[in-house]
Amino acid sequence: MTAPAPNSTAPKSIGAEKIKVIVSAIVPLNNLVTRFEFKRIDGYQFPTFSGGAHTVVEMQDGDLKRSNPYSLMSDPAETETYAISVRRDDQGRGGSLFLHQKVQVGATMTLSSPVNLFSLDLRARKHLFVAGGIGITPFMAQIKQLDAVHGNWELHYSCRSPELGSYVDELCAKHAHSVNIYYDDKKQSIDLENLLDGQPIGTHLYVCGPKGMIDWVRRSAASAGWPDAHVHHEEFLAPQPGKPFAVRLAKSGLSVEVGEHESLLEAIERLGVEPPYLCRGGACGQCETDVLESEGIFIHRDHWLEDDEKSSGIKIMPCVSRFDGKILVLDR
Amino acid sequence: MSVFKFPESIRSRPVYGILEPRPGRSHLMIADCEGAEAILDLAAQASDLMANTHIIFIPNGTLFGPKLQELNPAQYYEGPSFAAALSRIQRVLSDAVMGLQIYLTGTEGMMGQAQNEAMQAGYDYTAIQTEHRGSVARRMQCVHCKGITEDVIIDPFECSHCGLNLFVRDHYSRRIAAFQGVCIDAEDPGNVPASVELYS
Repeated sequence: MTAPAPNSTAPKSIGAEKIKVIVSAIVPLNNLVTRFEFKRIDGYQFPTFSGGAHTVVEMQDGDLKRSNPYSLMSDPAETETYAISVRRDDQGRGGSLFLHQKVQVGATMTLSSPVNLFSLDLRARKHLFVAGGIGITPFMAQIKQLDAVHGNWELHYSCRSPELGSYVDELCAKHAHSVNIYYDDKKQSIDLENLLDGQPIGTHLYVCGPKGMIDWVRRSAASAGWPDAHVHHEEFLAPQPGKPFAVRLAKSGLSVEVGEHESLLEAIERLGVEPPYLCRGGACGQCETDVLESEGIFIHRDHWLEDDEKSSGIKIMPCVSRFDGKILVLDR
Repeated sequence: MSVFKFPESIRSRPVYGILEPRPGRSHLMIADCEGAEAILDLAAQASDLMANTHIIFIPNGTLFGPKLQELNPAQYYEGPSFAAALSRIQRVLSDAVMGLQIYLTGTEGMMGQAQNEAMQAGYDYTAIQTEHRGSVARRMQCVHCKGITEDVIIDPFECSHCGLNLFVRDHYSRRIAAFQGVCIDAEDPGNVPASVELYS
């Protein structure tokens, strides 16, 4: 039994607390999804987390350092190993391709401490999970957490095909009565209207999957009279590639060119400046940055800023948003 | 005049809105006294709600009952007190399914207790609509003996359980559904300012 890690000095932000790990196992699940398991290098235990938490994985890909969030899908009470499951995205910026193609067992990597932006509401009388594709990952941890306390939950999981149904076998074997699987290629789909009708009072609804599914579930729940406070969703935006642009950091007195496949946040970090962040996916609001001067067009992509803030030209979320123009000066 | 605008206060103090029709599978409206007027206003905006509405009304001497019945709700119940209506409220909540909208209106004491029942049934309190109408009298908890005194309209007042002279605070407990009353003459027993009516 390993010891818990001693408390380190207070970090700048939770996301800044780093854990050095070694890749202990790589388990391909199907053509698209692979599980990566990590153990700590220092021999201490990992912190426990709550189901729905993610970790930010740092990837040194040549000159480029990427930091992508992935949901922890191992048992939240398991402190020897952390696991993530990563879907290969051939059109993405390359983070998932790097993990799939370049990372091998025994490699050393850096994870952030877990951060939860998609936690269970433990006041719920029942937890109703709706997952699409790789969106199953946070529920894997939440189901383990709830099972430990005999929680009341039900999963509706939609996948493209049996071949691409990550963890379907495991879920069905352990929880035959709580798990419902739907395959697109068999023309099966979640009968959401009937599913939402008749759930006992105190049910909380959670959805994780493609944007279209999240929008559909939230819209359907709202029109069926489900209060917002009972509907939870998680949608990380991956930073998108875009035209390179220049940025000046007023406080640090530094300038940098943001590359095509690099986010503004990553470019700032490349200079050695450490802005706060948590989710790196436009959801949490930690990296909100003041714009001091600009001449050009903002390409806001986050879920955080209000529409009037986006059009004001004085705020930007550097984790996912970009800029197209001549001058951009940030208060960093 | 049944509408009173409460002055700004500490964050603990509940704030109330104006009932608005919301989409839902069914609707539970609980009112006491002049709260009936808020339901009548709501029904005037959206009479179609009534086909799926259960109204629970505690008239407490007011004469709104027949008017509410004229709205022709799916179910209508009138009870002599909150305590008398409580078992029905609990039963309705335990049988309810998601898609239920909850509307509470009338006195603070009634709304707070009904909200507490809905919370205990697992319904998030932020999703419950409330509109204050009628008396500004409060349900108070003595922080010393924990006894509840209903319908407190003067400040300070005497605890109906332990007899201490209590200062009426805006500090509120959702769990107890009561404001907190604190002894006003603990350091100088007997030195009690004259009582004044709340918000007078």
